Amino acid sequence: MEIDPFIFRLSIFILSIFIGYYVVWSVTPSLHTPLMSVTNAISSVIIVGAIIAALAGSSESIFSTSSIFGFIAIILAAINIFGGFLVTQRMLQMYKKKKDKKK
Amino acid sequence: MISANLSAIFYLVSGILFILALRGLSSPETSRQGNYFGIAGMVIAIIVTFLSVGNFSTSIVYVIIFLVIGGAIGAFIAFKIPMTAMPELVAGFHSLVGLAAVFVAIAAFLNPEAFNLGIAGNIKLASLIEMSIGVAVGAITFSGSIIAFLKLRGIMSGSPITFSGQHVLNLVLGIAIFVLIFFLCKTQSENFFWTVVIISFFVGVLLIIPIGGADMPVVISMLNSYSGWAAAGIGFTLENTALIITGALVGSSGAILSYIMCKAMNRSFVSVILGGFGADNSIDDLKEKKDQKPVKNGNAEDAAFLMKNASSVIIVPGYGMAVAQAQHALREMVDKLKKNDIKVTYAIHPVAGRMPGHMNVLLAEANVPYDEVFELEDINNDFANSDVAFVIGANDVTNPVAKTDPKSPIFGMPVLDVEKCKSVLFVKRSLSPGYAGIDNELFYKDNTLMLFADAKKMTEDIVKNLD
Repeated sequence: MEIDPFIFRLSIFILSIFIGYYVVWSVTPSLHTPLMSVTNAISSVIIVGAIIAALAGSSESIFSTSSIFGFIAIILAAINIFGGFLVTQRMLQMYKKKKDKKK
Repeated sequence: MISANLSAIFYLVSGILFILALRGLSSPETSRQGNYFGIAGMVIAIIVTFLSVGNFSTSIVYVIIFLVIGGAIGAFIAFKIPMTAMPELVAGFHSLVGLAAVFVAIAAFLNPEAFNLGIAGNIKLASLIEMSIGVAVGAITFSGSIIAFLKLRGIMSGSPITFSGQHVLNLVLGIAIFVLIFFLCKTQSENFFWTVVIISFFVGVLLIIPIGGADMPVVISMLNSYSGWAAAGIGFTLENTALIITGALVGSSGAILSYIMCKAMNRSFVSVILGGFGADNSIDDLKEKKDQKPVKNGNAEDAAFLMKNASSVIIVPGYGMAVAQAQHALREMVDKLKKNDIKVTYAIHPVAGRMPGHMNVLLAEANVPYDEVFELEDINNDFANSDVAFVIGANDVTNPVAKTDPKSPIFGMPVLDVEKCKSVLFVKRSLSPGYAGIDNELFYKDNTLMLFADAKKMTEDIVKNLD
């Protein structure tokens, strides 16, 4: 009997939870704020779903109800992606060691 | 157009890059590189999606336009936002992830053909379940984050809003969502789908309103976790590995942060969720105590004198420092002290501020080197050997009552052993209690000098007196 592809996805999901568990415990507490902003940015990979929905319209009707939801979701996710990564970058630039503390 | 197998492999690659992005955060040196991994993963995922759809009609122009609009807004916010506003920014971003998940799920429900999920009115059962879970969690994340945002921004009062029957109502609505999803699967009727969406928005609001301002670190972490689970739900619907991996990573990350925050307050996750903490402070009791006990009141001159003659100083920052934006003045003060060969370190309690790591970011912004900043367990033994503890804007996290009085609401919470220092300087605007609504014994100790002023102004005055 063949295995349902769902089971494979479930396996990926569960293994990823374990990876997340170990990786996140190793994050130093002083970087917990950047951790939140970067997880925010990467969870916006949901934009792939938004793009698929937006591109689903035919050339005659680009804006069907479902593709409009897709387009709005693209804006929302894009705000998050750019905002999330850039603000993380901005924060991480500020973390300096003692020796190079000159401005 | 590229094959489904090839795009699946690329999605896996971007998932791995996201793991490396989080891995990078294990130390500040590797963190910047980690962020680039994350960006690379995102770029790959987006390009592969374009290629796999392969529909280069006029739609793609609009997709790119919307992408650029969103990107520009995001970049603008990222560069403009002051570091003190990070908690509300993160809450705001969570709400966007939640709403995006809701919209993607709606799009998939309305046009399942585009996602290979069957046809409208006859969507595959598994997809329907996954999509409803994604939409429900996404909606809860959205409305919950909006409330958290309003509370953090001060637009809405930070005090808990409770009413009788609240938990029962939440429970009923929670069950209702499951029942509706069941009927949605049975009938494929649109009405059930929309009802699930609407009820979930309500649940998000109801979940967050009873939680007080000081429990915000837990709330933000929890919403972070939810946004991950919502993404994972959508990932299952779209059969997309990158989304599933990311959702799992973010979900567990938020869950761990919530756990760390709860532990740092010695509270159970459930009690935080049920909310209402700090609502019932016995003010009469406090007044009585205040009358009885004398407080030593000092000024900037006294503080400067004490610190100048110390050989080691530990700074304990808290939310008050963030509110007053005192981090730059503080750094100036520390520079002056260091010139006099005084050893200065910073002690950070895990729940200081309104989100995990809040104080660390503010100190980093003020150019404080991160190797002078220590976590609770690393520095707590040093208080006994230090001359001055400079508490600026923190309160409950220093309250010795957590160690001595089993009746206190914060009993058992790990606290900074500030009272073991030879002398304690406490910058605070008034004697008012902190979030737990309890008095701080530290105010009345013989070795405590209270400095009643705005944190920034007081620090600036001390700087002047250090010359």
